[in-house]
Amino acid sequence: MREESQEKKEELHRRKVMDVAVEAGHILLESGAEIFRVEETIERICRHYGVESENAFVLSNGIFATAGNEREQYYAKVQHIPVSGAKLNRVAAVNQLSREIEEGRYSIDEVKERLACIKEMKGKSKPTQVLASAVGSATFCYLFGGNLRDSLAAFVAGFLLYLFVLYLGVPHLSKIIANIAGSAMVTVVSVLLFELGLGEHLNSMIIGSIIPLIPGVSFTNAIRDIADGDYIAGSVRMLDAVLVFLCIAMGVGLVMNGYHRIAQY
Amino acid sequence: MAVLFTMELWTHTLAAAVGTVAFSLLFQVPKHLYVYCGFAGAMGWIVYSCLEADLGAPTASYFATVMVIVLSRLFAVRERCPATMFLIPGIFPLVPGAGIYWTSYYIVTNALPAAVDSGFLAMKVAVAIVLGIVSVFELPQSCFSVAAKEK
Repeated sequence: MREESQEKKEELHRRKVMDVAVEAGHILLESGAEIFRVEETIERICRHYGVESENAFVLSNGIFATAGNEREQYYAKVQHIPVSGAKLNRVAAVNQLSREIEEGRYSIDEVKERLACIKEMKGKSKPTQVLASAVGSATFCYLFGGNLRDSLAAFVAGFLLYLFVLYLGVPHLSKIIANIAGSAMVTVVSVLLFELGLGEHLNSMIIGSIIPLIPGVSFTNAIRDIADGDYIAGSVRMLDAVLVFLCIAMGVGLVMNGYHRIAQY
Repeated sequence: MAVLFTMELWTHTLAAAVGTVAFSLLFQVPKHLYVYCGFAGAMGWIVYSCLEADLGAPTASYFATVMVIVLSRLFAVRERCPATMFLIPGIFPLVPGAGIYWTSYYIVTNALPAAVDSGFLAMKVAVAIVLGIVSVFELPQSCFSVAAKEK
């Protein structure tokens, strides 16, 4: 009788460990971590709390985790994870937590609480992000041959771009449409400011202001995943990056085409 | 190397640093790492500008990427956090955003040969960045442990 309840307890413990480990993986994956980091973190947590038979397979938007052998209870979990924007602060926090777990500082319940806290972590506020996008656009416009007035125009375009992305693109539009519309919008803004005489180099203005749309996170993660041998996740992320690149080119192209036609008359 | 002595290089480098910090903010990098991100972006840009005139954009991008990633890995060891934190924002000045623009610009203005040229150049730069990332991540972790903080 006693033995049985002991067994029951252990089973519950293992279940909890797997849940916590997959949750940690979930946070990492949706915040823009590489695949090997997700797999490694899940494994580390499981090993540390005594689940030996863990096996996790991670794709760019899903985690499949199982455990079980002759001695351990069977357990399986599949989680679909829609990828949201990069939140590298969460990646850093989970990484730190996993180091501290290895040092043996937490019980499994404490880890669960810490993960819940990390999930609640506030990112930068929307106004700050909009401002960052504006500054990014202005500085890159300057890098690609603009002068100070061009940069000022790119500042305005980048500002409007992120207002669009945060309030219309992310909540309401698909990725493809959001990127085409976003790059088309900044091109329109740049052309208007150029025609009003605020900037002198239209090209640099547009190059600068489309930069916040560039899929830097999926591009770099794709390369690292492929280099690590995670081909499926890597190709999905690379496809994502290429698609966004093409959408940006298309948005710019559409507006420039119209502009050239109007300018001919 | 003559570029080293122009005022423009330094103002551009400053712009690259500020831009990199702006992007690390967008990607929610923790605050105390901004300085490192800005530094990585600036160093990448300096390497790129010094080499671009002599070696062409793809080779310059390769060496600039190597610089950014070596720095990222050193900072990662120093601050005990993933290298991604510094790598993603730091690489932004090198990503061929201008190449994409010029390609679509030449396509709509019907200058197809020029479009092909700039499209291929953007591809070459992207491949150079890929090679840069892959070659530095092949190095063993022990190469970077010199940066570890004394405890």
